[in-house]
Amino acid sequence: MLSLTHYLILGALLFVISVVGIFLNRKNLIVILMAIELMLLAVNINFIAFSHYLNDTGGQVFVFFILTVAAAESAIGLAILVALFRNMNTINVADLDHLKG
Amino acid sequence: MNFETLIFYFLGTILLFAGLRVITARNSVHAALFLVLAFFSAAGLWLLLEAEFLAITLVLVYIGAVMVLFLFVVMMLDLDLRRLREGFRESIPLAALVGALMALEMGLVLGRKSFIPEYTSLEQNHAATYSNTKELGRLLYTDYVYPFELAAVVLLVAIVAAIAITLRRRHNTKHQDPAEQVKVRRADRIRMVSMPAEKPGEE
Repeated sequence: MLSLTHYLILGALLFVISVVGIFLNRKNLIVILMAIELMLLAVNINFIAFSHYLNDTGGQVFVFFILTVAAAESAIGLAILVALFRNMNTINVADLDHLKG
Repeated sequence: MNFETLIFYFLGTILLFAGLRVITARNSVHAALFLVLAFFSAAGLWLLLEAEFLAITLVLVYIGAVMVLFLFVVMMLDLDLRRLREGFRESIPLAALVGALMALEMGLVLGRKSFIPEYTSLEQNHAATYSNTKELGRLLYTDYVYPFELAAVVLLVAIVAAIAITLRRRHNTKHQDPAEQVKVRRADRIRMVSMPAEKPGEE
């Protein structure tokens, strides 16, 4: 029988996968953005699972807003990426050291 | 194991596999396509949880718009994939350590019986006449109407920002300036010169 724990464990595993992905692809900005999308997906799975098992539609409203913000975030992120590539001809994180941080 | 559990494990396995391939794929295009697969299986899981509206939204908005945007950008940029994967193998131990620690922590939390509230038996499978979209719409336009409008503003700002960032002004293109064209006076364009008339055959 399916329970809340099933979905929570699935969400946790997906979240861990995306964190590992950020560590592995430290140079590639596009894959980092994709890992962030995966992370948001894991959080959304948790929200919807809680919403279903606690019988409260408020959780789904939250997922709705997360989807909105995530779409805005990826649109701006990709715009910055394109502007960056146009100016510096690279998206390698190691090359982006103009601020000397 | 009933049918729902079977579907859960099927979709969950595909989801985790796709997630793993997103972060390990050699080619960024493959990573984007596996991300599409991950979103699609997640939409299936959300259908299983009776969140029909959001499942369809995930397919339409995420796969239809955001992932196409990703693919578009990945294909448009001319990337040196070999350089971008530098340090992949070296960071595996650290990544595995952090990942294992996080998984352990979450396992410790989720493994406790007291974490899962006992009133999760509130779960009820709705009747066939129940409309998830209607219920969500009712909430959005009553209790959450201000956050809803804020979300619209966020999207508007995102559109303006994305255009403003990628807009570039080219200097060498020829374009019309209607204001200048309307404003022009006769004196700006023609100059009257008076020359003595020349008679033919006089050299």
